[in-house]
Amino acid sequence: MTITTTPRPAVAPRRRAGRAPLAFRAYQYNLLSYRRTWRGSLTTTFLYPVLYLAAMGEGLGHLIKHGSSTAVEGLPYIWFLAPGLLAGTAMQIGANDATFPVMAGIKWRKTHLAMLATPLEVTDVLYGHLLWILTRIATAAGVFLGVMAAFGIVPSPWALLAFPAAILTGAAFAAPVMAFSATRDTDQSFVVLYRFGIVPLFLFSGTFFPVSQLPGWLQVVARCTPLYHGVTLCRAFVLGRPGGWDSVAHGAYLLVMFAGGVLAGRVTYRRRLVR
Amino acid sequence: MTYTEDRKTAVAEDVLVNQDPGGAEELSRPDAGGEPGSTAASGPGAAVQARSLTKRFGEFTAVESVDFEIRAGEAFGFLGPNGAGKTSTMRMIACLSPISSGTLRVLGLDPMRDGSQIRSRIGLVPQEDTLDLELSVRDNLYLYGRYFGLPKKQLRERVDELLEFARLTERAGDRVDPLSGGMRRRLTIARALVSSPDLVILDEPTTGLDPQARHLLWDRLYRLKREGVTLVITTHYMDEAEQLCDRLVVMDAGRIAAFGSPRELIDQWSTREVVELRFGAEGHEVHGETLADLAERVEVLPDRLLLYTDEGDATLDAVRSRGKSPIAALVRRSTLEDVFLHLTGRSLVD
Repeated sequence: MTITTTPRPAVAPRRRAGRAPLAFRAYQYNLLSYRRTWRGSLTTTFLYPVLYLAAMGEGLGHLIKHGSSTAVEGLPYIWFLAPGLLAGTAMQIGANDATFPVMAGIKWRKTHLAMLATPLEVTDVLYGHLLWILTRIATAAGVFLGVMAAFGIVPSPWALLAFPAAILTGAAFAAPVMAFSATRDTDQSFVVLYRFGIVPLFLFSGTFFPVSQLPGWLQVVARCTPLYHGVTLCRAFVLGRPGGWDSVAHGAYLLVMFAGGVLAGRVTYRRRLVR
Repeated sequence: MTYTEDRKTAVAEDVLVNQDPGGAEELSRPDAGGEPGSTAASGPGAAVQARSLTKRFGEFTAVESVDFEIRAGEAFGFLGPNGAGKTSTMRMIACLSPISSGTLRVLGLDPMRDGSQIRSRIGLVPQEDTLDLELSVRDNLYLYGRYFGLPKKQLRERVDELLEFARLTERAGDRVDPLSGGMRRRLTIARALVSSPDLVILDEPTTGLDPQARHLLWDRLYRLKREGVTLVITTHYMDEAEQLCDRLVVMDAGRIAAFGSPRELIDQWSTREVVELRFGAEGHEVHGETLADLAERVEVLPDRLLLYTDEGDATLDAVRSRGKSPIAALVRRSTLEDVFLHLTGRSLVD
């Protein structure tokens, strides 16, 4: 039994061409790892949306319909709720996959460290994982839109644009949260992030009720939060009211947040992983 | 007392026999040389070249202006107590850690600029395993190969080959988590070889392993060396260094304290033999003083007295002729451990 050093494998003498193929190698890790462990994520990706829509939309929606003569913004409640949940779910997946898995890559499973001993660079590790999170968000958003259709909530062809809008919403959270996670030594800050960031956003960003219901000063706060823009954008498309420049502004807000997160991530990842 | 010496000789012969030119040539392929105009000016076969290499972490200087050259195809060791700067040096060679100052050339290339390219030709066995415990043994090898961009079909064959090499074929489908430390270490080494690297860097490859596992690993490392792979090893097991390394440096507090082959280091820094004497309740201190003239150097330890001398038996006779009667006496060859302790001291570092 010998290990031959010839013939040499085709490790192409790769100059610094694009980083994309290398980042894709990091992405492949997640694909394979997911193929081995996908069952655990079924609940968050597939079951929760259905449960939420059924409980809040159908259950709570009926109360609203019966209790008051007007439904929210003149729509059946479930129509109002569904796009909000879509954006909220995208945010949760984006934030979740940008916290614990990043800590795992750096500290627990050390997969990021293993990658860095190979031709991959820090940015490849960052982009590879980010790409994976986008895949997860896209899968969940696709499933969610399918579930919505099953509930009979796809009124307009514009609703197709809710798909990229949801991905953008998730991405706008994923990138900055990844940058943040790379600076943490323990997962305690993630609990804080959830308690004081993600959960309040999920509840008060116009997901379950219009922000106009909030007291005046809170309305201003709510309109500044990123999820509000994601929710509004998704809702505009799902309900077939694309809304022109307003939607562009919402999209731009999310895009800037995403880009800022990527830039910050490049710095924090390097600071953490290259010493 | 000749046991270790015999082994040593056997190893030396083994090394001699196996320096086949084919393997050496394999490593000094033209593309391994630096690009035109590089300052490396490396002779053919310099796998790693460091000049005034320095690593600082803030105020702390981990590696201070060290010079060394590692030839292609040799097994080169870094010895030193904890905190001596071995791992920092390894990490710089592996292009994982940017150098603070000085120059470093690895396989003729500049780690600061061609890190990715250099790493594609390096296999790293880090001090702490970075295996994915959730995945199977086979998946760990396969994924790592994919990071190097190996084509799937070729990679699958390579993985089978490596499973054999690491004696893990039987466990190929098992998760890594329940594997023993020795198995994990073998897997880490197999993983480092997936891309058929020119240079394999092993940071304390056998720490925490039982003797059986260590010997199996050594055997695997000999095979690699025989095939012309350059090995860079850190260890604080002196027997390991004597067994594996053609040449080595002893590092202490970020600097190189000594350099040479194991034999040369012993010749240079120690005597040929050591006489170990144990006396009863009487202080070894006192005996040390009265016997000081019998040896080149005398070291007083709490439990025994070491006399460094070229003729151990003669020295022991001389001790006895002075009417001293130690309760135990032992004449042995000097080892690398004597050199190491002489150079880096006996006090605990960390």
